[in-house]
Amino acid sequence: MATTTSLDFTSLKEGQQLKSLTKPPVTKVQLVKYAGASGDFNPLHTDDEFAKKVGMDGAIAHGMLIMGFLGEYVMSIAGTSAEIFRFRMRFGSVTRPGDQITCSSTVTKIYKEEDTHCVELALKAEKANGETVGTGIAHLRQL
Amino acid sequence: MELDNSIIGMTGESFTFEVEKGHIKRFAEAIGDNNPLYINQEYAEKTPYQSVIAPPTFLIAAGANGGDLPLELDTKRMLHGEQEFIYYKSVRPGDSLQCQMKVSDLYEREGKSGSMQFLILDTEMKDPQGELVAISRMNIIYRKI
Repeated sequence: MATTTSLDFTSLKEGQQLKSLTKPPVTKVQLVKYAGASGDFNPLHTDDEFAKKVGMDGAIAHGMLIMGFLGEYVMSIAGTSAEIFRFRMRFGSVTRPGDQITCSSTVTKIYKEEDTHCVELALKAEKANGETVGTGIAHLRQL
Repeated sequence: MELDNSIIGMTGESFTFEVEKGHIKRFAEAIGDNNPLYINQEYAEKTPYQSVIAPPTFLIAAGANGGDLPLELDTKRMLHGEQEFIYYKSVRPGDSLQCQMKVSDLYEREGKSGSMQFLILDTEMKDPQGELVAISRMNIIYRKI
């Protein structure tokens, strides 16, 4: 379970790669659920016919769903000993139903802000074939 | 029509985003995120958060509550290039967030298919005391046609 981990700031090193998280393949039902939960009803994400009309092979995942995967991953690293205070993602290749996304990260900076331990992580979300669907940055601070 | 710098500083109408427990649960479920911090109050009370919180990307759902800019944008030209969240406080069920979107920047860059415009839209979210809870920053690529 994600939250049994606690981020130990004293053991982190810059350049260190953290354990990755592989999500189950994205499903069409998941995109419908995400549309409902996020309020983003752009048919590009749920309607194959519509997506084909705008030049896609079929419906594509919301970019924000993939950022949601990265958020799940970062919070699993943070556990209950750190909180996220800055989170950014740049969207790359599109994700389609059936794609399996793996989230990974590297510690890029360890620093202190107002005497509190902080860490910067470089994040990546990629498909099983290695194609990058997004990169990002998260800053965590000790709780 | 190309966008020009006169839109920088333009704001949308203020709107309220009510954070609901069931909404947080559905949002986490859609992602497939089973972190008990989002659903299990008993568990969350024993953590430094002391209550259930919302997942980091939950605030994107605020956008469905209104606040559009008084601006004619061609959605076919818009691509969500980047998203950033800056958090000042945790978001919890029962929070009532006062939100307002603002055009904080517009700039042009050369891309593979000619020059493109980038639109930075910041949505500030404040608690009823007027203190910042978070900023949601969208970087929209506005393609030429």
